[in-house]
Amino acid sequence: MNEKTRFNWISTIRIGLLGGGVALFLCMVGLIEASHQRPIIPGLLSMGQTLLLLTLVLFAYLAVRQTKASQENTPRAWLILSGTLVGLLTNAFLAALVLIGGWIDLRAVFVNASPALYDILTLGLSTGLGLIVLLLIGAAVGAAISAALSLAQSYQRAILMGLGLIPLVAILNSALFAGRGVSILGAILILVVTAAGSLLWDRYQDRVKVRIDALPPRQHRSLEFGVRWILPGAIVLLFPILGSYPSEVMNEVGRFLLMGLGLNIVVGFAGLLDLGYVAFFAIGAYTMGVLTSPEITWLPFHLTFWEALPFAMVLSVLSGVILGIPVLGMRGDYLAIVTLGFGEIIQRLAISDWLKPYIGGSNGITLIPKAAIGPITFNTPQSIYYLFLAGCVLAAFISQRVKFSRLGRAWMAVREDEDVAEAMGIDLVRTKLMAFATGAAFAGLSGAIFASKLASIYPHSFHLLISINVLCLIIVGGIGNIPGVIVGALFLVGLPEILREFAEYRLLMYGAALVMMMLLRPEGLLPEARRRLELHKAEPGVGE
Amino acid sequence: MLKRLTRRFSGTTIVMWLIGLAILAIVVMGTILTLSSGKYKASEWLDLTINGLALGGIYALIALGYTLVYGILRMINFAHGDIFMAGPFAAYFVAVAFDNANYFGGDAALEVIALTVIMIFAMVVSTVLAILLERIAYRPLRRAPRLIPLITAIGASFFLEYSFRGLFGSGVKSYPEVAFLQGKWIIFGIAILKIRVVVIAAAILMLLGLNTFVQRTKVGKAMQAVSEDKDTAALMGIDVDRIIVITFLVGGALAGAAGVLYVLMFRQVTFIMGFMPGLKAFTAAVLGGIGNVVGAAIGGFFLGIAESLFPNLVLDGLGIPAPYQLRDALAFVLLVLVLIFRPTGIVGERLAAKKA
Repeated sequence: MNEKTRFNWISTIRIGLLGGGVALFLCMVGLIEASHQRPIIPGLLSMGQTLLLLTLVLFAYLAVRQTKASQENTPRAWLILSGTLVGLLTNAFLAALVLIGGWIDLRAVFVNASPALYDILTLGLSTGLGLIVLLLIGAAVGAAISAALSLAQSYQRAILMGLGLIPLVAILNSALFAGRGVSILGAILILVVTAAGSLLWDRYQDRVKVRIDALPPRQHRSLEFGVRWILPGAIVLLFPILGSYPSEVMNEVGRFLLMGLGLNIVVGFAGLLDLGYVAFFAIGAYTMGVLTSPEITWLPFHLTFWEALPFAMVLSVLSGVILGIPVLGMRGDYLAIVTLGFGEIIQRLAISDWLKPYIGGSNGITLIPKAAIGPITFNTPQSIYYLFLAGCVLAAFISQRVKFSRLGRAWMAVREDEDVAEAMGIDLVRTKLMAFATGAAFAGLSGAIFASKLASIYPHSFHLLISINVLCLIIVGGIGNIPGVIVGALFLVGLPEILREFAEYRLLMYGAALVMMMLLRPEGLLPEARRRLELHKAEPGVGE
Repeated sequence: MLKRLTRRFSGTTIVMWLIGLAILAIVVMGTILTLSSGKYKASEWLDLTINGLALGGIYALIALGYTLVYGILRMINFAHGDIFMAGPFAAYFVAVAFDNANYFGGDAALEVIALTVIMIFAMVVSTVLAILLERIAYRPLRRAPRLIPLITAIGASFFLEYSFRGLFGSGVKSYPEVAFLQGKWIIFGIAILKIRVVVIAAAILMLLGLNTFVQRTKVGKAMQAVSEDKDTAALMGIDVDRIIVITFLVGGALAGAAGVLYVLMFRQVTFIMGFMPGLKAFTAAVLGGIGNVVGAAIGGFFLGIAESLFPNLVLDGLGIPAPYQLRDALAFVLLVLVLIFRPTGIVGERLAAKKA
């Protein structure tokens, strides 16, 4: 008949090639081998294999979806064909890698093309058999995806949640509690229970909602209060009982979250892209170090943590204002580069021999005392957790309250259009400086707690990458939105902290995440309602 | 009277001028103190200046990439420094192959052949990456709000750096030594390292070539038209997409070439080596007035010389120990000062405060 009813080979093959490229990249960059050490289901599935499976699933899904969208009532065979083809193509790339790698040594150029990698890809079987199995897996997964996609929505969701939860539980188990993934039985149990739960919820959620709505208002309110505040509050407050390692992880999250909340004010509320944000963190940490450490001899006195804390914050605020003044007239990308320059200058100064007598140079400052209230000393990860928690709660509270105040609205007006804002009577200088100052205060607080937590600070802790890290977490989480920033910090700081083998690949993933987010979902995972609307309506041309 | 004065000079302007004057005073004082102490001989100053020229040539070549892209897309291609890294990094493997085949044994003809191939290979790799970057990351965002392409570029920069690290290893890789470029030539009675002569000459040649390309050829004129006004250029029958691709192509090729020159001087590659030169080249582009081809060249040389001379000339006199540690900081101080006091750059129009 006409052209439309033919199977679209070209776009399917293109997706397959793309999938193969991605899988190959993951292998060659070393991610697969590095994460192979962590079992998901011991003896059956490792984290590295899970990553490759995820790639397969993703691209097969894309292909099937695209075939489905190409016309109405696509024949089922087409869906299966496209899924299988993409799965086969993706794994064919890996098979080709194994074949070529067995023939010539690629390691002279690609350091990760090692026999160990080939072993993982061929599942430890002999090369010939392994390659066949590899291709079969590709085809089978592709076919399974296309079959799953023709199921009803509720079944799709049940399978997705069940399968997704297995690696999550396995990772948490092995990372936080030194276990080894989940056993086969455990995995089946998780799958069945989650899938059943998801199905049941799908079926009965309307009835439950009606039930809750029918409650007397008083009970209804207290139920809502319990779910929204007491439950999460209790989890957050009681978190340290999980032990010192989970608390340590949460402390890292807290440190970045505190900075993220500050940067959120500068970038998210006021729209001033600050890439030198680490400078304020450094100033807070160094003030704490200089004022409290007995190592510093040029000061005639030493303060305790609590006495030094206000100084650390005030100094950060002051530096925020001082660094803010010269950049008041700059917009957008110029501001970004200049603040980046500030961040670098601060780090160079911290390392230099010039300031060594005052702030320790490359040797840093050590012997910084811990914080203490009466007899309680904050010296374990569990207790420091509460310091960060208090800081984060304070910062989140202030952000939330300021957001819709006169100042917050002025920030948003400046973000949207400086000239119009000024015409409306907003004092640009004051508004911008307030943003820099508030942001700097949170970073300074974070730095001060950080200094006391580590008891020592070195200039290398204040690298530009920290700024990028913080920027990344607020962008991925949802810029301008406080719950978004929290989610971003948990994902981008907590997850890599748990998955130690990814430490090397952290920045690679950040880079990829930034680009993908900007291309696909510039408003972030948990966006602010207003920004989502803004970014998804057609933007008028920006060209001048 | 006073009221009129305060209206003309707001508080911040006065503060900024005071800061500027203070910095100027420090620079002058440091220079006088250094020169009067007689710690360095004239030949040493000359040496530093020529080193600065060579560095400046490299910065100028990278800066052109920033300037061309900024002129046309009004975006800072943050990943340009990594394009600069990618060429010579990939060409390292070619260089090793040549070395294994004994091309770097001292025969000048063979070495020139090897260097030419390395240069072309590096330029091709950088160009291909630059074009891919434009196609995948920047093109879909051409009409997006302004910060979005910048954040994308930052992401792309880190992605490129750490991909190279993952693919090719994190160690420092040393290029083979080029025998005929060792030692010095005597030019006008001054002994200059041969490598520096080659780098400066190559950079100047390429800069002149680019200038002719932009000023005289049809494509170059189309580039100017697009940077002036995209929509009108499109109405005049210029294929804007094609011109943008060509811009990235030219910028990438120059960055790759600059990378090889850089490697000739420092003889090693790492995945992170593009970061600092990239930032400094951006500084150079701003110094010269971003969007301006001649300005980028001037800014590059100016920054190179400043960076080479300043630590010794100014900071040494002030009694700061190990002034070379503050070299990178100085480049940024310069950037900040230019943006505050002369956002137009040395040559060029006012863009820093211009609205997107």
